Amino acid sequence: MNLWLIAVKSVKQRALASALTSLSVALGVMLMVVVLVANGMAERMFVQTATGYDLILGPKGSQLELVLTSIYRIGVAGEPLPYRFYRELTSETGNRIDRAVPITMGDVTREGAFPIVGTTPDYFVLPYMHEADGTPRKFQFRTRSVDGKHTGEGLIRNPFDATIGAVVARQNGWDVGSKLKLVHGGSDGHVHDEEFTVSGVLAATGTPNDRTVFVHLDGFYMISGHEKPLSEAIAREREFFGNVSEESLRALEAEKAGGHGPVPEAQKEVTAILLNIQGEIGEKVLAESRLMSRLNEGVQAQAVKPIVQIDRMMQTLIGPIRTLLIGLTSLIIVVSGIGIFVSIYNSMADRKKEIAIMRALGARRQTVLTVILAESTLLCVVGGLTGFVLAHLLILVASPVVAGYGLVIDPWTFAWGELVLLPVLIALASLVGFVPGMTAYRTDVARTLSD
Amino acid sequence: MSLLLENIRKSYREPDGGSLPVLEIERFELGHGEQVALVGASGGGKTTLLNVISGITAPDAGRVVIDDTEVTGMPEPVRDRFRAERIGFVYQTFNLLPAFTALENVLLGMSFSRGRADRDRALQLLESVGLSHRLDHRPGQLSVGEQQRVAVARALANQPSLLLADEPTANVDLANQQTILDLVRSACTTGNVSLLLVTHAHDVAGQFDRIERLDEFNTAATITPGATP
Repeated sequence: MNLWLIAVKSVKQRALASALTSLSVALGVMLMVVVLVANGMAERMFVQTATGYDLILGPKGSQLELVLTSIYRIGVAGEPLPYRFYRELTSETGNRIDRAVPITMGDVTREGAFPIVGTTPDYFVLPYMHEADGTPRKFQFRTRSVDGKHTGEGLIRNPFDATIGAVVARQNGWDVGSKLKLVHGGSDGHVHDEEFTVSGVLAATGTPNDRTVFVHLDGFYMISGHEKPLSEAIAREREFFGNVSEESLRALEAEKAGGHGPVPEAQKEVTAILLNIQGEIGEKVLAESRLMSRLNEGVQAQAVKPIVQIDRMMQTLIGPIRTLLIGLTSLIIVVSGIGIFVSIYNSMADRKKEIAIMRALGARRQTVLTVILAESTLLCVVGGLTGFVLAHLLILVASPVVAGYGLVIDPWTFAWGELVLLPVLIALASLVGFVPGMTAYRTDVARTLSD
Repeated sequence: MSLLLENIRKSYREPDGGSLPVLEIERFELGHGEQVALVGASGGGKTTLLNVISGITAPDAGRVVIDDTEVTGMPEPVRDRFRAERIGFVYQTFNLLPAFTALENVLLGMSFSRGRADRDRALQLLESVGLSHRLDHRPGQLSVGEQQRVAVARALANQPSLLLADEPTANVDLANQQTILDLVRSACTTGNVSLLLVTHAHDVAGQFDRIERLDEFNTAATITPGATP
C-alpha cells in the first residue's frame, strides 16, 4: 500500500470537507484559466489583428482612434481623406508601397447593424494578420451557397457585390446570393434603396472582419447621398491640397450646365488607407519612417503603425486590467489554499491517533509528513484539474455566445499560463500541507496512543 | 536471545519540574520463541516498558537488544524500520485505522517495512484468524473480537521475531478472550515468535509457563497508580 493510497483513503474519510476545499481550488483555477484564455483572446484580437498592415493613413487626429476605427470598427471615423490623396499616393514612385487599400465606412446593415466597409478587392489580397512567428494569415472564402444552387463571383468584383464576415453570415442567415440593404450612418436611420448581393462569405478569422460587410468602393459611392456635395468637395480639395483638380472644375461646369456624369473623384472620400510596404525588414522600416515623417509633418493626414498604437493601448489600458484580474484570481487560489490548510489542520486533532498508529507500525516521521503533503497535493491537484476542465467547459458553452461578438474561441486552446498553474498548485499544496504535516511529524506516539 | 534489557532507566518529568522514575530494570531476557506473561499493577510502567522495547520511547539509559541488535543505539528512522520489520504490536484498543478495511489494515502494517505489501500473505493471515469473509469490512463494521483478530493478523504481517501484546484481551468480551489468546499464542508458536504479553488478568497469565511480575524486576522508586504510564 503506497503513501498516495493512504492519502486517498484519508481524503475519502473526510469526503465532504475534502470535496468542498477541492471545489474552492477548482473555482479559483477555473477563474484563472478563463482570465488567461480571455487574455489570450484579447491579445489575439488586438495585437495580432494589428499585425496585418504596416501603416494606416488617415486624417489628422487621434492615432489610436484611427487604428481602432480602421481595423477594429470601433468608434467614429474622423473627417475622411479626399480620394485624390489616395490616388496620388499610389501613383507616386519611391514610396515602396506594395499595396494601398482604401476603406470607407459609415453605414451599417439593416439586419444586425453590422458595419459596412467600402473597399477594393485588394483588401482580401493582403493578410489580415500575422502569426507570432510571422506567418501571414490570409482570407479564405466560400463563394458557393450551402445548398449549391448558386455560385457567386467571389470577392467584390462588381459595384454592388458584397462579401460578408462569418458572424454576419451566421447571425443574419445570409449566404452567397443573399440581398442586403444599407442603413445610412448617423441618426436619421435612412435605408438606402440600392441593394447589394452577397458574392462571397469569409471563413471565420477571429477578427472584427467576421462582423463586417465589405462592399465595392465604387458601389459605395454610387449609393444616393454618399457622394460629397460638389461645392463642399471643392472646398475640401482647396483646403487639403491648396488647389482644385481639373476634373473637379469640369464637374463644376457640367453641374452648372445641368448635366450629370459619373461621381467625380473630388466627391469621393476614404476613411483610411491600409498600406503594406515592400522590401526586406530594414528597407521597410526605412520606407515607413520616411512616409510617416513626410505625412506627419503636414496638417491634413497622418500615418500610424497600428501595432505600435495597439501595443501602447494594451500596456496602458488592458495590461493593468489583466494584471488586476490575474492578481484577484491568484488571491482566490491562495484563499482556497488556506481553506485546504484549515481543513487538514483541523482534522489533525482527530487524526493524531491514526498517525501515532502508523508510527507505531514503523512509519517514519518523514513518512507521515509525506502522507499529509500527499493529501494537500491531492486536494490541490484534483481541484486544479477540475478547475481546468470546468474552465474549458465554460468556454465551450460561452464560445457560441462570444462568437456573436466576432470573437472566435477554440475552447480547447490552452494558454501558456495554464502550464504554470500546475507547478504553482503543487507548490501551494506543499506550503499549506507543511504545517499540518509538521504536526504529524512531531506526534508523540507513546502519549497519543495512551490517551 | 530474542530480547535483552540491560540497566534500563526511564523517568518522566513532572509538572513541578521533578522527575518521576518509571523504569529501573537491571536485566530482563526473553529467549527465542519464548512466551512470557508480564503482570503488574496499573500505572506500574508496563506500557512504557513495551514502548521502550519497541523503540517508540527512548530510555534515559540502558540497552535494548533484540535479536542481537542493539535498538537503543539506532537513529530514529532506522529504529522505526527495525520496529516495522521485527516487532509486532497488539494493543488493548486494537488501534486499527477506521478508514481502512480489514485487508487494508493488514497491508498497511506491511507498508512500512522494507518489503512490498504482500496481499497473498495478508489474505492468508486473515484466513488464519477466521476473517476471510470480512476482508472488505471496515473496523466499524466488525465486532470487537473481530477487530482484535485483525490487529493480531496485522501484528504478524511482517513475520516479526518479537510480538508485544498490551492487554490484548482486556477489551474483548468473555467469549472471545480465550479465542484471541489462543490465536496469539498459537501464531507465535507456529512462527517461532517470542511473545511478551502484558496482562493484569490472572487467568490469562496463568496459562503461561513463565510469568513475570514487573514490580519484581522493575525497581523504580515511585510507582503511583494513575501516574503517567
